[in-house]
Order: sequence, then C-alpha cells, then structure tokens
Amino acid sequence: MNPDVKIKITDRNGVLHEIEAPTDMAMNLMEVVRSYELAPEGTIGICGGMAMCASCQCYVNSNHELPEMGIDEDMMLAEAFHVEDNSRLGCQIQITPEMDGLEVELAPES
Amino acid sequence: MITTDILIIGAGPTGLFTVFEAGLLKLKCHLIDALPQPGGQCSEIYPKKPIYDIPAYPEILAGDLTERLLEQIKQFKPGFTLGERAETIEKQEDGSFIVTTNKGTKHQAPIIAIAGGLGSFEPRKPPIPNITNFEDKGVEYMIREPELYRDKDVVIAGGGDSALDWSIFLSDIAKSVTLVHRRNEFRGALDSVDSVQELKNIGKINLITPAEVKAIIGKEHVSGVVISKKGEEDYILDTDHFIPLFGLAPKLGPIANWGLEIEKNAIKVNNALDYQTNIPGIYAIGDVNTYPGKLKLILCGFHEATLMCQSAFQRIFPDKKYVMKYTTVGGVDGFDGTRKEAPKAVVKKIE
Repeated sequence: MNPDVKIKITDRNGVLHEIEAPTDMAMNLMEVVRSYELAPEGTIGICGGMAMCASCQCYVNSNHELPEMGIDEDMMLAEAFHVEDNSRLGCQIQITPEMDGLEVELAPES
Repeated sequence: MITTDILIIGAGPTGLFTVFEAGLLKLKCHLIDALPQPGGQCSEIYPKKPIYDIPAYPEILAGDLTERLLEQIKQFKPGFTLGERAETIEKQEDGSFIVTTNKGTKHQAPIIAIAGGLGSFEPRKPPIPNITNFEDKGVEYMIREPELYRDKDVVIAGGGDSALDWSIFLSDIAKSVTLVHRRNEFRGALDSVDSVQELKNIGKINLITPAEVKAIIGKEHVSGVVISKKGEEDYILDTDHFIPLFGLAPKLGPIANWGLEIEKNAIKVNNALDYQTNIPGIYAIGDVNTYPGKLKLILCGFHEATLMCQSAFQRIFPDKKYVMKYTTVGGVDGFDGTRKEAPKAVVKKIE
C-alpha cells in the first residue's frame, strides 16, 4: 500500500503545488512544506513545531476532519495576524491517511 | 570601545558555548544580543520546553540549559552587550573589525563569530496599513520610557504576558488604559490575568474583547484607533498611544547586508574546515549558517563553535605551536584566577 497521501498546497505567491506527503514519517504539514521548500527557510517553522510562533499558519480549504485544536495552538492563533475561521497551524496537523486530498493555503508571512 | 579577541553576535547556546572553547585557548569573548537576556530562543521562545538531544542529558529544559551554559563559562568572564542589535561592521586596516550596535555601542575584535540563530528578535507588527507612518508618533511596539504615557490615553493590544503586565503597570501612570484582545481568554501568567480582572472591576483598565484594532487615526500623531468588536459596528476610540504587543519574531536583519554570502536566509560557510564565511575573520556557527547537510541542532552548534575557535586561534597567533588539550588533562584555568583540575591520583602502600 502506498503510504503517501496527495495534498494541494497554495504557497504565499499563490502558486498551487500538488504534492505527495508520507504518512509513515511522523511528519506534520509544516514539515511537508519545508521538505518541498514551498516557503523560504527561516520564514516557516521558526519555533520548530511547538505552536509557539505562527509562521506555519495556513487556511484549510477542504472539508477534512482535522485533529482538534490544542490550547497552545488556539492561544497562538489568538495572537497571530491574518487569522481566518479556517486558520490552523501547519505544525499541529499530522500527515495521516485521513489527510488524503487536503487543500491548504499558506498564510502571509508576518 | 569594547575590545576583545572573539566578538560573538548572538548569546544563544552556540554563542555561549563558544566562550568556553575560546577560554580553553585563552581567548576572551564578548557577546552582543538584541534580547535583554542571554539564551536566545531557548530563553525567549521555549524556556519551559524539554530538550532530549543534548548529549548526556536525557532531558533538560531549554531555560536550564542556558543556566548551565552560563555556569560553565563564568570563569572566562565574558562581556555582554544585551538589548542591542549588531548593526554595522567595518573592517580596519589591521585586519580587525568594528561592530556597532543600533544604540551606537562599538566593539572591536580580530575575530567575529556570528551565532545569530534565525536573526535578531524584532517586535511583530500587526498588519494595519498605515501603522509605519505612526511609529514613534503614538505607536510603540515596546515600552522603553513609561513616563511617556503619564496622563495619556493608551490602547494596548495583545493577549500574552507583556500585554497584561504593561496594562497593569500603566494603569497607575496613564490617564486611561484600554486592553484589546481577540479572545476573552488570555495566555499570560495566572497572577497577571487576575490582576487585570481586578483592575477591570474597579474601572482602572478598560477591557475590550473579543476585538481587534483595525485602523489608526491621526494626522501627525495618533489620535484614535478603530475598534472592531465581534457583533458590533466598528467604532473609533480616542487615544494618544497605541501599543501593539504581539511578541517577537526573529529576522536576519542588518547582518544580511554585511557582504556575506547568504543562501536560504542563512550564511554560507566552509564546513570542510572551520565554518568561516566568505569574509576571512568572520565565522558563522549554529542555526545561522548553512552548508551541505546542515542540521539546525544545538549539539551541531556546539561542534561548530569548537572547530571555529581552533581556527580563530590560528588566525590570531599564526606562528604559535599548539595542540588541543583534553580538559581532563589540562584542567580549566579561568580568567578570574580559578583553576579546575582532575584530582591527583592517590598512591598508598599496602603494608
């Protein structure tokens, strides 16, 4: 069985990337973006994935059932900029088989 | 003018450990950091988070790691210029460098070690279109001079510790303090949240939640802000000052203009040899550098710092013969006159 899922990511320049992300590498969405270099190093995942910056904020445009938001992520988004109702932190979204077909857009750098 | 052997830019774990390795070679160090305290990200972003990949520490809190490093280097008496950002660098005729901070403090050294992590921490500015026009004309991203706010109307935005703490502090000085936050919940320390609640109850802090400052109004100086509160129509709140406190984010900043080769927001170095940059005498170590196979790990920063110091020694003393000594053999001679060494072997005859 192919352990990869297909994800559509729109980068900060509006370019759509259809990529394959592994479900067996304990990766989160922020790490997937970095591994494909869809945002320059140093502008995403600054805190390393602890939900303590908001550099990996993204807008989720598909109807996937996502992991529930933890208190850290919720409070971080309360202070982030450009936040919308569908904002999430990419570092808090693990790549699992359920994420197949996920569509996200990276929030502007701030 | 502050003079030293190695001028380290960035007082995070890599910068701090550099002091130790330099000290073993009898080289003195001075550190510059934009933050008011040493430790870099470890103390600014995640002091209470455990780190599991520091050799010999199965688990250590980032804040504790900073404390241990400061303890480890204290006998080498490093100098610190804290709360200032390294701004410019000028090469001197004798090959040394002068680095000047944003506050004008000058430092001279033959060796520069940039251990700047992801850059210097700058306040995060909310995306309000005309906000830059009002900087220092009623918009301040950090509070330097509380007296500025005496008998003035002040609006603070944010939901973390600094927003809470400054609201409390200024409630005694300003004519009025309004705290605006997008949520009803605050993330700060419980004591601070309780204090703000009390001050709100007695009318000393005006709390507007869940709400956002959407725009700034004024001619030369801030005269008001537009408040957007959920379920209500936007309205103007008159104020003399608007202080957005949304934490800090690292930016590579002025170092990017020092003529160093930059790739992916990091400084390219020679990892085959000594982590020197394209400018001889300037090294880059830790998260700020890049080379094939680079990993941004504290433990890699320690290694890079160690090799870099050996190279720095050879640059400063090209003719001196030297071989690396183990601390177990040579001990540690501090610049403060202290000496650490292995206890002498005890020999005793058995009768």
